[in-house]
Amino acid sequence: MSLAERIKDCLGADLIEITEFRGDVCVEIPKNRVIEAMTALKEKAGFDFLSDVFGVDNIDLYAAKAKKAKKKKKGEDEEEEPKKEGPPPPRFEVIYLLLSLKTNQRLQVKVRVPEDDLDVPSVTGIWKAATWPEREAFDMYGFKFKGHPNLRRLLMWDEFKDHPLRKDYPLEGKGEERHLNYDTV
Amino acid sequence: MVDWQIDLIKVVFIWVWALLIAVVMTWVERRASAMMQDRLGPNRAGPFGLFQPLADGIKLFTKEDIIPEKARKILFVLGPPLFALPAFSAYAVVPFGDKIVLGGKEIILQVSDVNIGFLYVLALGAIGVYGMVIGGWASNSKYSILGGLRATAQLISYEVPMGLALLTIVLLYGTFSLREMVLLQQGTFLGFLPNWGIFKQPLGFIIFLVAAYAEANRVPFDLPECESELVTGYHTEYGSMRLGLYLFGEYVNLGTLAAITVSLFFGGWALPYVDMSKFLGPVAYGIASFTVFFLKQAFFLFLFVWVRWTVPRFRYDQLMGLGWKALIPLGLVNLFVTALLVQLTI
Amino acid sequence: MAKEIETVCITTGPAEVGDYVALNIGPIHPAMHGTLRVITRTDGETIISAEPEIGYLHRGVEKLGENLTYKQFLPLTDRLNYCSAICNNVAYELAVEKALGIEVPKKAQLIRTIMMELARIADHQVLVGILGVDLGALTPFFYLIIQREEIYEVFEWHHGARLTNSMGAIGGVEAELPDRFHQKWPKMRDTIRKANDETDKLLTHNRIWMDRTIGVNAFCADDALNWGFTGPMLRACGVKRDLRKDEPYLMYDQFDFEIPTGKHGDVFDRYMIRMLEMEESIKIIDQAYAMYQDMPDDAPLMKKVPKIIKPPEGQIYHAIESPNGELGFFIKSDGTDKPYRIKIRPPCYMVYQAFGELVQGEMISDLIACLSSINVIAGELDR
Repeated sequence: MSLAERIKDCLGADLIEITEFRGDVCVEIPKNRVIEAMTALKEKAGFDFLSDVFGVDNIDLYAAKAKKAKKKKKGEDEEEEPKKEGPPPPRFEVIYLLLSLKTNQRLQVKVRVPEDDLDVPSVTGIWKAATWPEREAFDMYGFKFKGHPNLRRLLMWDEFKDHPLRKDYPLEGKGEERHLNYDTV
Repeated sequence: MVDWQIDLIKVVFIWVWALLIAVVMTWVERRASAMMQDRLGPNRAGPFGLFQPLADGIKLFTKEDIIPEKARKILFVLGPPLFALPAFSAYAVVPFGDKIVLGGKEIILQVSDVNIGFLYVLALGAIGVYGMVIGGWASNSKYSILGGLRATAQLISYEVPMGLALLTIVLLYGTFSLREMVLLQQGTFLGFLPNWGIFKQPLGFIIFLVAAYAEANRVPFDLPECESELVTGYHTEYGSMRLGLYLFGEYVNLGTLAAITVSLFFGGWALPYVDMSKFLGPVAYGIASFTVFFLKQAFFLFLFVWVRWTVPRFRYDQLMGLGWKALIPLGLVNLFVTALLVQLTI
Repeated sequence: MAKEIETVCITTGPAEVGDYVALNIGPIHPAMHGTLRVITRTDGETIISAEPEIGYLHRGVEKLGENLTYKQFLPLTDRLNYCSAICNNVAYELAVEKALGIEVPKKAQLIRTIMMELARIADHQVLVGILGVDLGALTPFFYLIIQREEIYEVFEWHHGARLTNSMGAIGGVEAELPDRFHQKWPKMRDTIRKANDETDKLLTHNRIWMDRTIGVNAFCADDALNWGFTGPMLRACGVKRDLRKDEPYLMYDQFDFEIPTGKHGDVFDRYMIRMLEMEESIKIIDQAYAMYQDMPDDAPLMKKVPKIIKPPEGQIYHAIESPNGELGFFIKSDGTDKPYRIKIRPPCYMVYQAFGELVQGEMISDLIACLSSINVIAGELDR
């Protein structure tokens, strides 16, 4: 069985789509079925090693696509009916990188997270390796991982208010400063 | 020259000599370690870098003297001299050489030949521990406290094996006085071996040497002040001349221990098989015996440096285990065997 | 050593943090490798809980990557694992080449291999030296660092920089191996071996060293895999995984070398693995060098890539075996000349998150030994 068939077999209804690019397979699963799908991938498909967990902010991508579509539409005839505006696609993604130790195959698992509902189930129960990556994803994007033992900021200081890796946070920062309290550890 | 004037000159001379040894030891340490590590060491300040200790001394002297705000001021100031002064005072009973005749008077090259000899040295070493502990505690910093605690436990534990090794020497020679012990180590035994303590008490020598490393706080026993764990331990918060007192006090301590080792185990100021007083005049004999003693002491000082740069350091519980579970039983066994042998041969 | 060392799987649970002494082993400390902080609660000398805190060297490399072109990002990758910068460079270049779908010419692959293995030797030399320094053996550090200078010299001859190399380019390597390398390499391999030998003699069978490192931080393989360990840390626990053999890149499938593996996962195993890996790296360089000399002089060094690199839309992940473990780059491209998202998977990040569990119940001296043997490099950790 090829990798794609094995994954379809193991995930069943949880699978939304599979894409492949330059040999890397990417699988999308729904947000509310993360733990079940991950457990199935670990136990049935043999992906027992978690390499990394991180987030992606797709807002600029959608904006660029919308601009391209508008430009294209302007160039075409006016005969086509304007498409109905559906709900905006979910802004964020959480990507998990899995590895199968026996077959040395890698897998990318994608979970789309909308901007207004940032709760994502945490996989720290399945792999402890997700502890810090999920903290960093919370720090950088704002995801709230349900069930994480210690969800605090990791790279930025604790009182920092923003989420720096979002596309609307400027590269130069907003001039925040850190004031240290020397009496506490 | 009245007696007390001679004694005063001796005291001043020995004091200066002890300081000089400590100062030159800093230079030796840095050049010897560089030699072992395939690099040069200080060679800018003066010929061969010999003025480096002078430069270090000037630097330490002219630095700002900072006392941390939350430290216990009186004890903080008391720590360093309490550590350094006993180290200097222990030089009073070290037999640097035999007699010298100056201006018709026969002078013994030892500040005072008390008949409790090295008990005095041990006692002063114990007071030196106070200096470290008080310094560590008064600094009001967690690293210093840890260093001070480790120092207490380590130094007190290793005084016992040192005492046991020295007890066997007392059994052997029947006296506490250091000068008499050196005098008793002349001649040969078994026909060809010099009558030195090391040949009669090899195990005692090893125990004493290990305990001496521990008492001097040198690697592999330098936990109270190890850099990588405790940011220099009990003297973290010290600077300027107080730190200078700690550092020089440590080297003076080293000198004392080396001198004691030489006196007890290596025949003191006498050359093996050769009695120098037979063919040297009185003044020359005095100087020669002083030189011989110094050379032997220098060898042991170099040995301290050599071991420091070769081996890693112990962990705390391993160090205590070595002292209590290995050295003390060995010392006791050594004591009994020596007592038996002494009884059988007398 | 006749003692049997028990490796126990330590299950995490909340440590009692009542009124124990809180000792802050802070960002500025003689034993911290870079700006790391460990907040420990100790009972005398025993550690009840240790919590690492990172972020002191966070420079926003990933955010910068989204605003720079692919070629401009290369110098930023140097500053990740600055002890072996070439491995980071090559990892990034390989990732971008995977996104572009090109493969570099053979000669460039050989040069990359030789440089990467030299960087691996350099990294391990630093680690073994610093492990010695932290445990009190100050002399082997100098023997190893002198050899590291030789490696730096080779780097300088090849691409002009000693530490932050920015070697190569996307598409290959700019220059051949320098002429002086051909005379230097036979001598260098002997002096590197000699320095390793002397370090071995000073440390490996030294009773004090063995007491300090054997049995310290023993970690079992299941825990290690669960925590995401890779590289020498994982191999010390007994799992034989090396990306050079499991997912070969460049030309590693054509070389003959071994993967040293430990048994107990303690500090001694990690130290021995690195000493043995240095030897294996010398073997690989010998084989790569022999293949390099067989290549014709005019073999191409660079593959033609467009001036402005625009990989097609899509996301890829590529990982290599850096001296610390699996160093991976995830690049999501949107078709423009700037990457849309770059994520770096640092190897010591995954190991360091298990630090609290590694040192629980040990003594403060063991914490220092553990930290040294993990080879935490703050640049890689914080990015």
